[in-house]
Amino acid sequence: MAPLARFLHRLLNVFRPGHAETDLTREIDAHLTLLEDDFQRRGLSADDARRAAVRAFGGVDQAREQHRDARSFRWIEDTARDVRHALRSLRRTPGFTAVAVVTLALGIGASTAIMSAVNPILFEPLPYPDAGRIMAVWYGAADGGRALQAFGTFRELQARSRAFEALAVVKPWQRAITGTGEPERLDGQQVSAGYFGVLGVPPALGRDFSPSDDRPDGPKVVMLSDAVWHRRFAADVSIVGRQITLNEALYTVVGVMPRGFENVLAPSAEIWSLLQYDPSPAPQSREWGHHLRMIGRVRPGARIDQAQRELDTIARDAMAPFTREPGSNMTRGLIVNALQDDVTREVKPVLLAVLGAVALVLIIACVNVTTLLLARAAQRHAEFSMRVALGAGRGRLTRQLLTESVLLAFIAGALGLGLAGAGVRALVALAPPGLPRAAAIAVDRTVFAYAFGLSTIIGGLVGLMAALQATRGDLRAGLQRGAWRGTGGQHRTRATLVVIEIALSVVLLVGAGLLLRSLERVFAIAPGFDPSHVLTMQVQLSSPKRFPDNAAFHRFYARALEAVRGVPGVVAAGFTSELPLSGDDGALDEYGVQIDERLNAAERVGASRYLVTAGYFELMRIPVRRGRSFDERDMAPATVRLILVSEAFAKSAFGDRDPIGQRVRFGGPPSRPWDVIVGVAGDVKQASLASTNASAVYATTSQWLWAETPLWLVVRANGDAAALAPAVKSAVWSVDKDQPIVRVATMDHLLSASEAGRRFALIVFEAFGLVSLALAAIGIYGVLSGSVVERRREIGVRSALGASRAGILGLVVRQGLTLAALGVAIGAGAAIATSRAIITLLFDTSPLDPITYAGVLALLLGVSAIACAVPALRAARVDPMIALRCE
Amino acid sequence: MTSKDRRESHRVELLQGTLDLIVLRALSTMGPQHAYALTERLAQVADHSFTLNQGTLYPALVRLEQKGWIKGTWDKTESNRDAKFYAITKSGLRALEQQTARWRRLAGLVDKLLLNES
Repeated sequence: MAPLARFLHRLLNVFRPGHAETDLTREIDAHLTLLEDDFQRRGLSADDARRAAVRAFGGVDQAREQHRDARSFRWIEDTARDVRHALRSLRRTPGFTAVAVVTLALGIGASTAIMSAVNPILFEPLPYPDAGRIMAVWYGAADGGRALQAFGTFRELQARSRAFEALAVVKPWQRAITGTGEPERLDGQQVSAGYFGVLGVPPALGRDFSPSDDRPDGPKVVMLSDAVWHRRFAADVSIVGRQITLNEALYTVVGVMPRGFENVLAPSAEIWSLLQYDPSPAPQSREWGHHLRMIGRVRPGARIDQAQRELDTIARDAMAPFTREPGSNMTRGLIVNALQDDVTREVKPVLLAVLGAVALVLIIACVNVTTLLLARAAQRHAEFSMRVALGAGRGRLTRQLLTESVLLAFIAGALGLGLAGAGVRALVALAPPGLPRAAAIAVDRTVFAYAFGLSTIIGGLVGLMAALQATRGDLRAGLQRGAWRGTGGQHRTRATLVVIEIALSVVLLVGAGLLLRSLERVFAIAPGFDPSHVLTMQVQLSSPKRFPDNAAFHRFYARALEAVRGVPGVVAAGFTSELPLSGDDGALDEYGVQIDERLNAAERVGASRYLVTAGYFELMRIPVRRGRSFDERDMAPATVRLILVSEAFAKSAFGDRDPIGQRVRFGGPPSRPWDVIVGVAGDVKQASLASTNASAVYATTSQWLWAETPLWLVVRANGDAAALAPAVKSAVWSVDKDQPIVRVATMDHLLSASEAGRRFALIVFEAFGLVSLALAAIGIYGVLSGSVVERRREIGVRSALGASRAGILGLVVRQGLTLAALGVAIGAGAAIATSRAIITLLFDTSPLDPITYAGVLALLLGVSAIACAVPALRAARVDPMIALRCE
Repeated sequence: MTSKDRRESHRVELLQGTLDLIVLRALSTMGPQHAYALTERLAQVADHSFTLNQGTLYPALVRLEQKGWIKGTWDKTESNRDAKFYAITKSGLRALEQQTARWRRLAGLVDKLLLNES
């Protein structure tokens, strides 16, 4: 107990240093009085007795010190005193403190926010056990890219692959849930039975899908997410085995996934059901369409290249009994990626560029604070000289300056943490759609600790540098020379730092400029249709009871169009299965189109398949280059389909020959009659404005093999398209009020959203570029102001000797612009060397784009000139008499 | 810390235990005493064979007080002077017993060693 009691007492005394001290003073005084009394009794005079008492006591100050050591924790007391002193000293210079704190906080906050966002996406393994073994397997597409898988290929790989211990295929699925509370449309996935096994996450409740259920006409079973289980079923554990209603059909709940389960392939998915495809799919059936994503888990110890080699072999050697469709013959092989790379593929270039930008900002922030601290140390030269003259040790001064820097870093760290929180929220809000693992993004404490530690160490180092510089040499001489003449070496250091700052700003601004130019270029591309005044929404038909056959579907669509066309303000309306720039390119149905005149029957031309209603080309204002477009005649069922193809398709299939009247075939059994091309439509950008023109074939919705759902409703308005949304929706619902309508957006919005990734990078680069520009301007201003003050006497002498105001103005501006020019030159070099890093984000813009470089150069020199102007004007106003007299 | 500092702290440490024990012992036999009286008593017991800087008593006093072994209260001396009188507490008495026993064991051990070596 005694040691603890003592510890607490000592700690208490740290916080009330005066308390014990007063008591001790009184006690020592009493002690001395008693000694004095004794000495007087022994016959000494009053004065002698006092001296003898002090001698016998043996060092009052020493006793006090020892007492202080014993009763308290001295180092804490001293530190507390230093902190109080530092706070006072920082408060005396609010301008400096504010700029330094804000600069550092920006650096810490921005880098923490960006790293917090990037870390879970790019660097942390996916949230699955042994996630490194999970791969994505793609079909090698005609253009050398990747395509979705066909079910037949999945079956073959499942049987033949040894490198993969499990494989699964998955496709998007939406269902409206009814029965408990408000009807709600749920995102989900249809999966093959092994899906959760490949991910390695078993359900928390109930059981996983059983392979025996995954067959045509198998039991309707569903897996719930933890969120939907809580939201719709109040986390009732008896849900397993019960039936729920999805699109008016009953599904039995087999299990509930755990709370933390992240479904990286479709983060919004909340329900899962089985694909229940035919294990030996019939030729030309839906199962042979390329519409499935495939993932697989390789055996422990198997490497990605081994898996790739094995799949190469399988792809090359067809083997009975595995049949292959002409469109799925794997002539271009299969592509194996780590699932992590796969999920982050789209955003990786953006995130890496942003990461680079934030690193530059952090460096600039540190450089800026360094220059500020150096300037401050120079200004306090007189103060330090005075204190050394008064007997303060060099160690004491160093310690105090260090305390000041560390304190600055701490305040900035606290502010930076707040900024990081706000920054993470802003990033998630601004982030391009489809950002993987967005749910996992939160302020990362480890990252904050790094950013904070880094800036604290920098604060400490800078403080130390400033301290060493301030106490270097003969401070007494400094005192005599006057406070305001800093040393030349110090000035050079600051000038160097400003040059570095400018150079780094150039790198950031060039990045921003190149991205801006790329965006301009991208938006200058014609999408192939007229996006203005167009409203779009997805209409999903769901109820099997109300739509027993295809005719019922087509009747609904026809009546819905009629109703929508009747809405005031609607110029035209139509349906399409694929909407350009909707972001659905991954789900786009790719078909191998067989061409009649080609002798080799197995040869196909890949094309995206669009199902549209009559008048679609006029509605979208897609030009019809040859032949005719679809009209109402084409909406009637027909044995020979009349189709349109895109220009790109016509060129790749027929070269320069006339495609009109040519016969092609895609989808359906091989015995189907040939389709006849009646028109050629202009090319349309489907995936993004920057994408190449994809081959496309168009058929009407009602002549296709099955009734496609969902379809996109496209409405052209004569005014504000967005304002029509409620009226258009109720027009559709006037036909059937139970059909879900989702993803309502104007085409203009989709157009700008399609460039969200590039735009996001641009916003970050612009923001950081502007911050760095401001910091660089502050840096130039600071150095020049300091230099003008230091050279006041020289300027005074010059103007006394007849130098004109303009001459002095020029002198200062020249000094500033020399720094700026040097910084710009170095920065341009650095930008040339580093702008290749964002080359994947650039579009039709050279990383050496001269206009960008010229613009950044002009901007920086202009801002620098403004930053020079204030100190220059101040210098020009120096009164020679006052300047000379004040020495 | 310089080597000089280390030497000094070493000496203080050596003194610490002994000084604490002596103070406790003095207070338990003589009743409440002020610091000056304690130093006088120490000099007397030691037969003036060592001189103590009276100030060095203070760290020991604050240590003992913080451990709760002694308690100081302000009072008047016979000569009607202000002084802080230290009295041993109950836990101080217990501590004295333990410390004495420990000291005896240590002293006995050292004695034995010294005898055997000579």
